[in-house]
Amino acid sequence: MSQAAVSVEGVSKRFRMYRERNQSLKAALMRGKRASFEEFWALRDVSFEIPQGSTFGLIGENGSGKSTLLKCIARILQPDAGQVVARGRLAALLELGSGFHPELSGRENVYLNGSILGMRRKELEAKFDEIVDFAGIGTFIDQPVKNYSSGMYVRLGFAIAINIDPEILLVDEILAVGDAAFQQKCMDKFADFRSAGKTVVIVSHAMGSLRSMCDRAAWLQKGHLVEVGATEQTVDDYVDATHVDRPTETDDTNRWGSGEATITEVQLINVAGARSSRFRTGEEFTIRIDYDFHERIDKPVFGLAITTLDGHYLWAFHSRDGEFVPESVTGTGSVDMTVPSLMLQPGTFEVTASIVDYSTTHTFDFLRNCTRFDVDLGSPRESGGPVALGGSWGNLRSAAAASAIGSSAKGA
Amino acid sequence: MSLSNDLRASREILSNLTMREVRGKYKRSFLGQTWSLLNPIASLAIYTVVFGLVLKATPPPGEPSGIDNFTLWLACALLPWNFFSVTVQGGMNALLGNANLVQKVYFPRYTLIVSNMLAGLVTFGFELLVLAAIAVVFGSQIWIWIPLVIVFVILLALFGLGIGLMLSISNVYFRDTAQFVGIGMQMWFYATPIVYPITLVVATQERWAEQGNDFPLVWLYNLNPMERFVQIFRDLLYDNRLPPWGDMAYCLGATVVSLGLGALIFSRYQGRVAEEL
Repeated sequence: MSQAAVSVEGVSKRFRMYRERNQSLKAALMRGKRASFEEFWALRDVSFEIPQGSTFGLIGENGSGKSTLLKCIARILQPDAGQVVARGRLAALLELGSGFHPELSGRENVYLNGSILGMRRKELEAKFDEIVDFAGIGTFIDQPVKNYSSGMYVRLGFAIAINIDPEILLVDEILAVGDAAFQQKCMDKFADFRSAGKTVVIVSHAMGSLRSMCDRAAWLQKGHLVEVGATEQTVDDYVDATHVDRPTETDDTNRWGSGEATITEVQLINVAGARSSRFRTGEEFTIRIDYDFHERIDKPVFGLAITTLDGHYLWAFHSRDGEFVPESVTGTGSVDMTVPSLMLQPGTFEVTASIVDYSTTHTFDFLRNCTRFDVDLGSPRESGGPVALGGSWGNLRSAAAASAIGSSAKGA
Repeated sequence: MSLSNDLRASREILSNLTMREVRGKYKRSFLGQTWSLLNPIASLAIYTVVFGLVLKATPPPGEPSGIDNFTLWLACALLPWNFFSVTVQGGMNALLGNANLVQKVYFPRYTLIVSNMLAGLVTFGFELLVLAAIAVVFGSQIWIWIPLVIVFVILLALFGLGIGLMLSISNVYFRDTAQFVGIGMQMWFYATPIVYPITLVVATQERWAEQGNDFPLVWLYNLNPMERFVQIFRDLLYDNRLPPWGDMAYCLGATVVSLGLGALIFSRYQGRVAEEL
């Protein structure tokens, strides 16, 4: 336990941003050079250690260098300075099934891919049934993989990688692989991994699952290491630091209305009264509509709706149902809709806002998906789906031992 | 320790990648592996008609074997050349063609080029067996030369591998490489006495000498290592004689230089291959 599974020692990685790239001779001769490029540092002097047996998260915004670092650990990229020392067999789940030969059968590809990932033939033979079983490929194993569905392809790739039994597993952006049942199998496998004392390194944007899976995390920003430490602390700091507005583009398809009154802005306000785009489950949450009424309108109705990113309509509320009906409005101003406790589970959501007349049949302005926000784990903490209902477990009544009531079980 | 691990691991990768090449190549074609024999037979037939019958290239009969058959004479040089050409051109494309693999998984990169050569070697081995059988039917006494044939098959493989290693890197950084090499290999083919006997080259220089032109054509011609390789295979398979020691030493030297240079260039530049692809 004393030795780190992976030591990242002063790693820097430089990439070239090609303005022009003369990979053909004619171009190179005519321009008198092979390429003109700007250099930028994807990683700059990053050092930390990943302890053996830990599950380690790499977090940061897009372009922060997480994936580059993962590829450096996986030895796919070579750092320009510093070094990465990995102690133990290493497997990377970067792109599954990338080495498959389409014309060869699943069986042949298992041996091919397995050996590329560093497995001996004997080990593969011993694990073969487990791999096929895990992938759920069944009798298709002797078919050429080009006949596989994309799901089967990826599942087989994953099954090989996870069954090569690495001491260090690198995972990029987990696993939108397969159906719910397969995902559950993957999560179980990760859990086995962790309990077997193996090291897992995960790159992800899903703060919720990182928080629940990882012991430690490193936060990268523009190639620099900002913080490394216990997951809770690091993720909290990261989430706090990235509390910024998320602009969303509006175009004609997302906006319509007759225009007598317009929405100038939709702001999301947190419990401290500040603008934010990140909230926690159970936090106070306010949506503020800034309006501009070009003429006097009697009894206008403000409307709001929340949808998930994939378009599921979760909630809507307009001010007439909220029994908030101003006699008339003119000029500019704003109106708030406040939720005392945001009952949404971690995820990203979109806000739609509108101004309509009292009959709600005439639309002055309608802005679909005008802003979005993220929800991170908070309280209540429930297990899945978009909404939190604030439920509680209890009242265990065993028919066999009716007298055992009393010790109530409280769970998440 | 890590080097020996690397080597042991790459043995598995090599055998699997080689199998992928061999099996994948003719998958789904009706004749399957038969193509690996039909292809050389077809080119032998074409060259026999064009150079043997139409242009009437007449190589001297085998000495001391006494065999006098143009097609057989041609095959003894054409098959080694084909293997060399596959090793060089396939090796050149090995990194580029497996870009998806190289960018996603770490494994010793040279295995891609080596496995391409090994796959070619498997085919070449079969071809040689068939060729040897036919040569025996025609009265060739190849038995005592088999060890030397094997030695030179290996040397030829390593010679081609060295060039393949260099070109594979060059092709990643500079995509024109493939086009140049396509033309270059064609020139090299005709600069090697495969479809015509070297006596024609000697005769040309003699004719020039009579005209007062003492251009060292044969000397230049002999610099080509493939000329030596091809002559050695003919000496062993067709003529059944011990090749000149000078030729053999020259081939060995060329192989050492090619492989050394190839390994040097490859190990120097392979680290950046994943991002340059």
